[in-house]
Amino acid sequence: MSGESAAGAQTGSHALALSVHGLSKHFGERIAFEDVSFEIEYGEVFGLLGPNGAGKTTTVRTLGTLIAPTSGSAEVAGIPLKAENGVEIRRRIAIMPESPGLYLRLSVAENLRCFADLYEVPDPEDRIDRALHAVKLADRADDACGTLSKGLRQRVALARALLSDPKVLFLDEPTSGLDPAAARDVHDLIDEMRQRGVTIILTTHRLWEAERLCDRVGILSTTLRTVGRPDELRDRLFAKTLTVKTLAPLADPDHVFAGIPTLDSWRPDGETGYVLAVSNTQAAAPAVTRALVAVGADVLSLAESVHTLEDVYLETIDHNQEMDNQ
Amino acid sequence: MNWRRVRAIFRKELREYRHNGNIIYAMAILPLIFLLQPLIEAFTIPSNGSASLRRENSLLYMLAIPVLVPAALAAYSVVGERIQGTLEPVLSTPIRSEELLFGKALAAFVPSVVVAYGIFGLFIAAVELFAHQGVATALIRGPDLLAQLIFTPLLATLSIWVGIAVSTRASDPRIAAQLSLLASLPTVAVTSLIAFNVIPATLHVALGLGIVLLVLSRLGWRFATALFNRERLITQVR
Repeated sequence: MSGESAAGAQTGSHALALSVHGLSKHFGERIAFEDVSFEIEYGEVFGLLGPNGAGKTTTVRTLGTLIAPTSGSAEVAGIPLKAENGVEIRRRIAIMPESPGLYLRLSVAENLRCFADLYEVPDPEDRIDRALHAVKLADRADDACGTLSKGLRQRVALARALLSDPKVLFLDEPTSGLDPAAARDVHDLIDEMRQRGVTIILTTHRLWEAERLCDRVGILSTTLRTVGRPDELRDRLFAKTLTVKTLAPLADPDHVFAGIPTLDSWRPDGETGYVLAVSNTQAAAPAVTRALVAVGADVLSLAESVHTLEDVYLETIDHNQEMDNQ
Repeated sequence: MNWRRVRAIFRKELREYRHNGNIIYAMAILPLIFLLQPLIEAFTIPSNGSASLRRENSLLYMLAIPVLVPAALAAYSVVGERIQGTLEPVLSTPIRSEELLFGKALAAFVPSVVVAYGIFGLFIAAVELFAHQGVATALIRGPDLLAQLIFTPLLATLSIWVGIAVSTRASDPRIAAQLSLLASLPTVAVTSLIAFNVIPATLHVALGLGIVLLVLSRLGWRFATALFNRERLITQVR
């Protein structure tokens, strides 16, 4: 279960685990996703976000060779996405679907043994043992999967995905329906896999989860609306601002804020509040403090505006819905 | 064909049968129904009535067992996986459709043939031990025994591919089981007509039927594999 095999797939510092160009999938008249393009390097954790029906699961299934694209091209783990390459691609990847899909009458070990053979892993017993230890289920190996809680079943499904030492791991809503403690366990496991260098494509509705786990995210809503690091997307969509609160209104705010470095503009926020749009908060904030102190203002607070990935997501989806409606 | 993957599916299916009461029940009840009629006949006919038995091939009536038992097992094979949500993880592995279906077919074949031979052996033993000697002699004849041995696996194979083909298209396991049993009825009808001497049980008929069953089984495998559409099974979009 080492990350060596994942790393072994790299052919250079910028080897691509996934390269998708203009990929589309239609079911008759219905468009599941359209003209999707993005690239993922080996070792990255990439989040695919989007509302229900956005095409996230269909994208994962298409890249996993479970369904055929309507148009476009892709390379998965270095292999062109074509029907004749299906077996070879599936050897190098693993998909954990939203529902664990375990044989509930069989034991945990029996489930894993079946999949170890399907992946033709060498020394299956040792591999199963390591996978169970990785998900902290070694003591439940002989339990029937039907007797496990949903969180534990999810862990078994993760162990199953780890069996083949995949170069690319697709996790489709891995914490869907889990309680916070079980979700945290899954997050910890994903963190561990990241540390081992496994490339992970994660679809999720939980934006804080994506923010915590993902190096980059893509927001999909039939088309891929945006791709980037969460902080890049924040910077791209939202101006950086400093919010100042004083005890009494400033006599001449224009004069106070005149010399602030990187200040673009300012506007009042209530009687004693001011919102300053700046391009570099680290350079501007100390200067604002000094300017306020220099004019003898009683400062109640000085804060940098914080935008979450959720803000980015909602802004992107709302903006694109408006564009679609026009 | 990768035999390790075929074996993985085969073993998994057998383990599931072992833990599934409904399957064990289905595997037990159908053969018992088909065992009762000839047993009652064998035990109720007096010794001097055995002449009528010589004109029939009553043993062949039991060939319905290798038709119906695997039909019920195979009918569950694909739709069952789909309903319990295990099909997608399996299809995400490197397994080919023909490997998956062959593994499932093998898993339906082995217990069905074992049950069919077992019930047949039970019948022979019961007749030999408890029926009148004349009845036993009239019932148990070399050609019928040979036909039973040869046609049991042939009939089971065809029945399995019919069941799997139905299972790939069905959306409900119970409907799949009913359709599969329905599709097996013509085969049961043919074996019954031979058993009751409506179709004469000659060597030529046996050879002809054997070839027909082999050809149909091969076609059935190809047909079932062609019907097995991964995309449709996963997305449920027709």
